[in-house]
Formats: sequence, structure tokens, C-alpha cells
Amino acid sequence: MPRVVFTSNLARHLACPPAEVSGATVRVALEAVFAANPRLERYVLDDQGGLRTHVNVFVDGELVRDAEGLSDPVSPGGEIYVLQALAGG
Amino acid sequence: MAELSVLVATRKGLFVAERSRPGEWSLAPRGFLGEPVSMVLEDPRDGAVYAALNLGHFGVKLHRSADSAATWTEIAAPAYPKRTDEEKKADEAFPKPAPWSVQQIWSLATGGADEPGVLWAGTIPGGLFRSADRGDSWSLVRSLWDREERRKWFGGGYDHAGIHSILVDPRDSRHVTIGISCGGVWETRDGGETWSLCATGMFAAYMPDSERGDPNIQDPHLIARCAEAPDVLWAQHHNGVFRTVDGAASWYEVPAAAPSVFGFAVAAHPKDPEAAWCVPAVKDECRIPVDGRFVASRTRDGGKTFEVLSQGLPEGPAYDLVYRHGLAVDPSGDVLAMGSTTGSLWVSEDGGDTWQSLSAHLPPIYAVRFGAG
Repeated sequence: MPRVVFTSNLARHLACPPAEVSGATVRVALEAVFAANPRLERYVLDDQGGLRTHVNVFVDGELVRDAEGLSDPVSPGGEIYVLQALAGG
Repeated sequence: MAELSVLVATRKGLFVAERSRPGEWSLAPRGFLGEPVSMVLEDPRDGAVYAALNLGHFGVKLHRSADSAATWTEIAAPAYPKRTDEEKKADEAFPKPAPWSVQQIWSLATGGADEPGVLWAGTIPGGLFRSADRGDSWSLVRSLWDREERRKWFGGGYDHAGIHSILVDPRDSRHVTIGISCGGVWETRDGGETWSLCATGMFAAYMPDSERGDPNIQDPHLIARCAEAPDVLWAQHHNGVFRTVDGAASWYEVPAAAPSVFGFAVAAHPKDPEAAWCVPAVKDECRIPVDGRFVASRTRDGGKTFEVLSQGLPEGPAYDLVYRHGLAVDPSGDVLAMGSTTGSLWVSEDGGDTWQSLSAHLPPIYAVRFGAG
């Protein structure tokens, strides 16, 4: 099962421990995490369900290509990292 | 026990100034340190306090406190519905369509006294939201969002238009007036089912001559209403101060605003329809105090004349700028609070004659609002 890991910066706002979920794409895997942690969805996705502008998702070290649809495939042993893009101020 | 408080929303958290007795104020952080708080609201109907956050990476959030901002619970934030394919196609016909995603909660208002639980939220990019359950759920007001005129709105200082003023008529909760930068002034008289433009008389010096009088592209920076004479409203507009005495059916310019006509904030005296306060600055391309001297101003004759208020404010050089939600007046009309982007916070307990500095070292201040204490 893919493992989903969230940036520690998110833990300031809500609990989001690493999770092992089923899912062959980033979208399906993340939806499985959100089903168990509904508040988390709006921190990662925008109102239209796409990745927030300043959030990046890596699958096995590669930045996802489909930031809107999140259709990028994930292997059963794959790792999904949800990170924040850098910002100043 | 405080008898009066000022909620201060800043770029780095929420602060509260409490008055224990006249002239005696204390100031302390009250949550969200390090996070941008874009708006704050205390609901006088049930004492709940609301704080809107703009987390940058992780989006817009809304929190509610039932214990005077001591502890907070995250509640639902306004969110746009999923765009249909048809709506997507319609957007693509325009050059810079507004995204269907909340970028900032720019205004929060309670419904009327006869509407417990009703809240309004104005957002960038231009959507108005309504909650009937104290913010546990929100709905986009489609009757406004779906207006064709929205396509002509544009951002003033932000990439997209935003709703910064929401004024519920104390005589009739179904009558709500809103201000949009840049989208003019709109009102509903049926609780949000239908809307009409009501910015006639405003003019936009920044537009081509043919468009100057178009009510739909006006840039009122803030609109304030006299609580006891609700047909009197004041607008600090991009190129001047405007006033209406007929409930926004028609506006007229108040050219006497001094020392300049530009600014962001305006506060209407809650009891005296002739009185209002502004915080003037050098106009748009500059946005600094006139001559580097930070002052407020007050009219007590309906805008015919303005007094410059400076006692207790820095003698200069002082380059504080007060954003549109950075000036507030309490229900008595005597106590004012003012916060600047330089992190200065002042109060006045004599209608602006004299000011007391509570801090010159807060984070940049986005909004000040009075609470019960």
C-alpha cells in the first residue's frame, strides 16, 4: 500500500501522521487519507479539488505532473510526499 | 474584567487590547501567532468571536471562539462550489477570469438581530457567502456571483475583485449593502435573492472618460453606515470621499476631505449622521501620509469641512498607512481604534481629539474591531 507523508509544517495546524492507504493514483490515495481526516483536505487542495498553488506533491521523489487532476500513478510500495513550496515573510 | 476591547487582526496573529477603565488599556496576543489573520469579528448576539486566517500555503481558514478569544475551534471556511464544464467554458471566454477558489476572507458581518446564527463573508475573488449556522457551513450567494456585471469587476490592489464591506440595515435584515473593489456598491432588499447596483454618483478618475461614471467599476475602498441614521453612508473611494443620504440611491463627492482625499479607511459616527472619520494619505501611486506627517481627520458637518486630528499621533516623520479595515469606532461614537501597516495601534476616547499609543511595534495591522470586553 502506498505511504503518504505530510510536511511537518502542517502539523502546526492539525494532526496528519503518515498513513498507509490503498490507491493506484495520487488522487485516490489522498482521498483515502481525507476520508479519515476530513479537515486535512482543504489544507492540501483548493476549492476546485486541485493542488493548492503553494503545495507540492512528490511521488517517489518526482514532482507530480497533474496538479489539477492528480492522476499520477502510484505503485503499491510507493511514497507520496506532500510538501509546501517555499515563501518569504 | 474588561469593559471594552479592540480585536486586532495582524499579519502575524490576533491581538486584543482591553480597557479596564477609561484611559487604562492592556494589550496581549490572543492566538494564531505567526499566522496572517485577515479579519476578525465579534458577534454581539451570542458573544462568539470569529477569526479568518490566510495561511498562504494551506489556504483560507476560519476559527470560532466561544470564550472571548481564549480558545479556538476551526470551523468551515467559505468555499466555491465545483465549477461545471459549462461554467469553465464560460470563464474561458474572458481574459482574466476569477478563480473559483477563496483567496482571502476580506470581510465578515453578522446578520441582523432577528437572524441568530446568520453570518456574511466577503471574499477575494469577489464571492459573497452566507452562513445560517454560525459558520458551520457556508453557501456562495449565486444570485450575485452569476451576474453578468461581475465579468467587468477587477482587482484593486489584489489580482481579483473583492468584497470588503458588508452592511446589514439595522431596520431590515433583508437589506444588505456591499462594497466591492473594484465592482461598485450593490444592495439586496430581499435577503440576497436579487441584487442591484447602487453606486450612482461615484466617478472613477482612473478610468477612460467613457467609463468614469459606470457604477459597476467604481472602487470604494470602504463603506460605512451611520447606525442610527442608516440612510447615511460614507465611502472612502479611490479618488475621493463620497456620501449618500438616501440609502445609496445616489452618492455625492465630499471634496473638502483634508489634508487629502485619498485613503482607505472611513468610520461613520454611529449616532451623528453628520460625523465621520478618515485617515488621509497621498494618492494612489504613493500611499504615504501627506508631508510624512501621519494624521486622521474628522467631519462633524456632513463633510462640508474636515478637522485634522493629530494630538497624540507621531509628529513625524511617520509613514504609517492605515488599511481599509484599520479604523473602527465603538457603539458610543466616543472611542476610536486605529492600526497601521507599520504596526502602530492607537485609541482615542474623545472622538479623535486626542490619541493614545498602545503599541508601535505590532505586526502590520489588517483590521481593528470593537468587542464587548
